[in-house]
Amino acid sequence: MTTRARKNPTTASTIDRLVERFSSMSLAGFAVLVMTFLYLPILILVIFSFNDDRSLTLPLSGFTTRWYVALFSNEDLLEAIFNSFYVATVATVITLIIGVPAAIALDRIEFPGKTLFRRFVLLPIALPGVITGVSMLNLFKLMGMNLSLETVILGHATGLVSIVVTQVFARLQRMNRSVEEVSADLGAKPWQTFFLVTLPNIKTAIIGSALLSFTVSFDEIPVTFFLTGRDNTLPMYIWSTLRRGITPEINAVGTLIVLGSLVLIFISVRMLRNPGN
Amino acid sequence: MKLSTRNRLSAAGILSLPVLWTTVFLFIPYAIIFTYSFYQKQFPTFVPAFQFGNYALIFTDPQYVQVLLRTAKIALIVAACALFLAYPFTYFLVFKIKSPRVRLMLYMAVIVPLWVSYLLRAYTWKTILGSEGVLNSFLVMIGVLDQPSDIFLYNQFSMVVTLTYIFVPFMVMPIYTSMEKIPRNLIEASKDLGVGPFRTFLKVTLPLTTPGIVAGATFTYCLTFGDFIASFLVGGPDGLMVANVITSQFGAALNWPLGSALAIIMLIVVLTIISLSDRVERSGRLDLA
Repeated sequence: MTTRARKNPTTASTIDRLVERFSSMSLAGFAVLVMTFLYLPILILVIFSFNDDRSLTLPLSGFTTRWYVALFSNEDLLEAIFNSFYVATVATVITLIIGVPAAIALDRIEFPGKTLFRRFVLLPIALPGVITGVSMLNLFKLMGMNLSLETVILGHATGLVSIVVTQVFARLQRMNRSVEEVSADLGAKPWQTFFLVTLPNIKTAIIGSALLSFTVSFDEIPVTFFLTGRDNTLPMYIWSTLRRGITPEINAVGTLIVLGSLVLIFISVRMLRNPGN
Repeated sequence: MKLSTRNRLSAAGILSLPVLWTTVFLFIPYAIIFTYSFYQKQFPTFVPAFQFGNYALIFTDPQYVQVLLRTAKIALIVAACALFLAYPFTYFLVFKIKSPRVRLMLYMAVIVPLWVSYLLRAYTWKTILGSEGVLNSFLVMIGVLDQPSDIFLYNQFSMVVTLTYIFVPFMVMPIYTSMEKIPRNLIEASKDLGVGPFRTFLKVTLPLTTPGIVAGATFTYCLTFGDFIASFLVGGPDGLMVANVITSQFGAALNWPLGSALAIIMLIVVLTIISLSDRVERSGRLDLA
């Protein structure tokens, strides 16, 4: 190889530079196409939520906000939104109550069956939601429980614990242990060390993963599909309206959801990115 | 390390709730579907039994074999399409964009849609590809088509487009991580040795990003394998997936043992693929050392 380079260094590098430039340009073009593929559908969703026509066809017919106005007088929809907030909030609280201790246990306690425990806790992240949904449906039926928003909450919490566990565990692993040792050496009780030293260090990971859990729960379908009773969550409401056909009202809900998720994501990313402080 | 009684107690306190929860809501439910998968259907419900009839039916009845094969095929195509889109895109991001800020912003731009409603992202393709949809009306408007066509929606094509769209971020993420980890001086060294850009890519970049490709392919394949929403919205009869059949066994068809057996098969497929890819990734890491 060295001989080749020595033999004809200028032509080789000129050709290489041309190849590089050509590949850079085509890659840039390709990247633009990928971004278009990712964002055009979302843009279409938003545009048609303001289009003054029942059908979702081009050309656009005019600007309107009536689909949004219609949303706020749609009782079923408002109830579904309320239900989703209820489910996502309670499910998130449970995931924290279960997930944070689970992450702490995985990080610093040795106990028999730890590997098995870790596998099971993380399983819902790997397995399709349909399996979590079906298996929990079986459990609830066997226990003679009626399906309701509460069974949905249990399903979501079980599925989402793994999000909290992975995020908090990762933060604990990165944490500087000597701070805790100093705290203990200075005479702090273990619970004092936990609340005054450990918790502040993993706080942002907890908040970030809570926001992620909330967003995922708010949007969840496969588990909800099997575990919900008569009450609908927002995605299940949209799902059932979709069966009756497409309307611009759904685009309006969609636009609001996109907006809401963007805000939540922005906050949670900031939380997960800046450790400490 | 020996734990004092006090430490033992606090350890038990921390552990008890997570372990209890995992047992009741994960271990027992999985055990139940595993048990049910050997039960026998008997109108109107089912009776306890230990027989392999459900599994035998799934692997002999062409109807179920076909659904399994179709699901595997669509998942494979989706993984391939996602790779085709994600790899060059991520390569551009990591190696061609000089500003770390711009790079991070573009990366986030790919990840963000993941958190925008899954259902809506599938739904929007229904509105785009439908015979009265955006694409058709656009093609008619510019004169490519005389009248709207129904070839875009309710087939495997629309399934692949929608699922690729939904899951492509899962391909970008691991590839991005693996490319970012490549030391820049390795590529420079290859160039200094007079190796052309193409060969440098084949000999250095590609092997070092294989773990990322494998991880991404695993994500997209497994996610597609378990999906039933895209099929419901844009699939049509030709796009029926295993998860759809499971749903109907627990719904209208009311055959819980068969549904459980299908769920167990899905679980085995997914876990097998995950552990296989884990092994490939690990051996890839060994190559590096």
